[in-house]
Amino acid sequence: MSAGVMAKTVRGFTQALGQTLLSEHAAREHGLLQALDPRVKLVGLLALVVAAALSRRLNVMVALFGLGVLLAVASRLSLLALAKRVWLVALGFTAMIAAPALFLTPGVALYRLPVGSLAITVQGARSALLLIARVESAVTLSTLLVLTTPWMHLLKALRTLLVPVEVIVLLAMTHRYVVLLTETANQMFESRQSRMVGRLSGQQQRRLMVNTGGVLLSKTLEIGNQVFLAMQARGFRGEVRLLDEFRLRGWDYVAMFGFAMVAVAAVVAGR
Amino acid sequence: MQEEFQGEARQPEALEFEADQVSYEYERVPALRGLSLRIKAGERIALLGANGSGKSTLLRLLDGLHFACAGTLRFRGAALTEAAMEDDAFAFQFRRRVGLVFQNPEIQLFNPTVFDEVAFGPLQLGWPREEILERVHATLEWIGAEHLKDRAPYRLSGGEQKRVAIASVIVLDPDVLLLDEPTSMLDPRSQSQVIELLENWNNGKKTIITATHQLEILGEIAGRAVVLERGAVVADATPAEVLANSEVLESANLIHSHRHQHGGVPHKHPSQYLRHEHPKS
Repeated sequence: MSAGVMAKTVRGFTQALGQTLLSEHAAREHGLLQALDPRVKLVGLLALVVAAALSRRLNVMVALFGLGVLLAVASRLSLLALAKRVWLVALGFTAMIAAPALFLTPGVALYRLPVGSLAITVQGARSALLLIARVESAVTLSTLLVLTTPWMHLLKALRTLLVPVEVIVLLAMTHRYVVLLTETANQMFESRQSRMVGRLSGQQQRRLMVNTGGVLLSKTLEIGNQVFLAMQARGFRGEVRLLDEFRLRGWDYVAMFGFAMVAVAAVVAGR
Repeated sequence: MQEEFQGEARQPEALEFEADQVSYEYERVPALRGLSLRIKAGERIALLGANGSGKSTLLRLLDGLHFACAGTLRFRGAALTEAAMEDDAFAFQFRRRVGLVFQNPEIQLFNPTVFDEVAFGPLQLGWPREEILERVHATLEWIGAEHLKDRAPYRLSGGEQKRVAIASVIVLDPDVLLLDEPTSMLDPRSQSQVIELLENWNNGKKTIITATHQLEILGEIAGRAVVLERGAVVADATPAEVLANSEVLESANLIHSHRHQHGGVPHKHPSQYLRHEHPKS
């Protein structure tokens, strides 16, 4: 991978992350999930994630994934963006992890490779599919929560559910830190590129990556610390405060009941 | 029991900050060395010094973000210590009265929209909802940024970011405003907008402490100039007196020899900001 490709990748990642984490466009849309109280959304979607994790049946996981897609549409989220930024990425990572199970799980051979004695087994394929379906549905449901809830509302919801202040501060800082990290990485690559002529050898590229990683870490730690000071300077002490306090309405109770029913049904049917 | 601030209504000349032999170091690298300074209510002070002279560190100490390694620093009679700032009641009172605008607005702006950014401070201090809405709108209007309220701060221009950063502190109407290089990295128009904002806000009743190394704005932002060199005060006088003291300015690395030509005749003087005679060409 050339330095140009690396810089381009980092830039693309930075822009996507900036749009997703900072602009909160999706969270301000007038959609189904956006209309719910963040506490209901947090508990409800997490219950579905747990149900997906506990389920052992493919059809239940597919149903949960389908529900996630329906909720995304009802919340005016772009399915194309979800596919590119969430489903494909999750698929890629999970497929890498699941691939060995295709061959290593003992069972009936489904397809024998033309070279060597390796064979994909029915049981292996089923395990890999289950893992992929479980991850895709869990990631989709968690992403819905993050995309349809302003970050500070999410933190406040966690706090009302008695998550300790220390964890809230950690999450608040991580959110800002991730953006800073990618922004700084982008600037570092651009700066390096502007002073570079020709191509780097593989060894030079690896050294460059390692050096950049080290400098990036120390730089962003420093900036992250400065951001925390800036938050403290304006009175932040770990408690999240919002302009509008959370208030449960009729629709929230309906949604709470719906989430609970689906989660229980998924756990029972998925055993 | 935490010490309390002395008095609510600040009379002119009342003591705001008192630093006595304050030292501070970053991992064994000294940033402030036995610094002593008294700051009174309503003063407009410029902290002058080259990069690394300790200006930003001093501002962070004055804002209760860092704490003196040696010596004492007091705000309205109460010691500014880590223990004091851990006390919620003390910290609340202090943050209500003292605000800091950071040098790099990107550090200070961490909310998704400009409106959220300006509302962040009042929310932390637990102001009533209606008051927050009113004050945020009034402040945004005052800095001419009402139209930016729904924009993401990180997408604003440098001048706009700086104005929003100032608004995010001024909205709290603090008694003391600390500014770290408020006009650095700004184009001339944005610079004058920021200075104008500060002049209009001050109205002669607030204490404003500005760290800068830009001598050209000194007369506009301060009635008193404190020169720092290697973490200590080396001069404390009126801006005119400090500007006339080329020896101190040169020693503090605030000016350097300025060379140019008049009709082909080479000419040299300590700084373009200091009074000097030109040769007749």
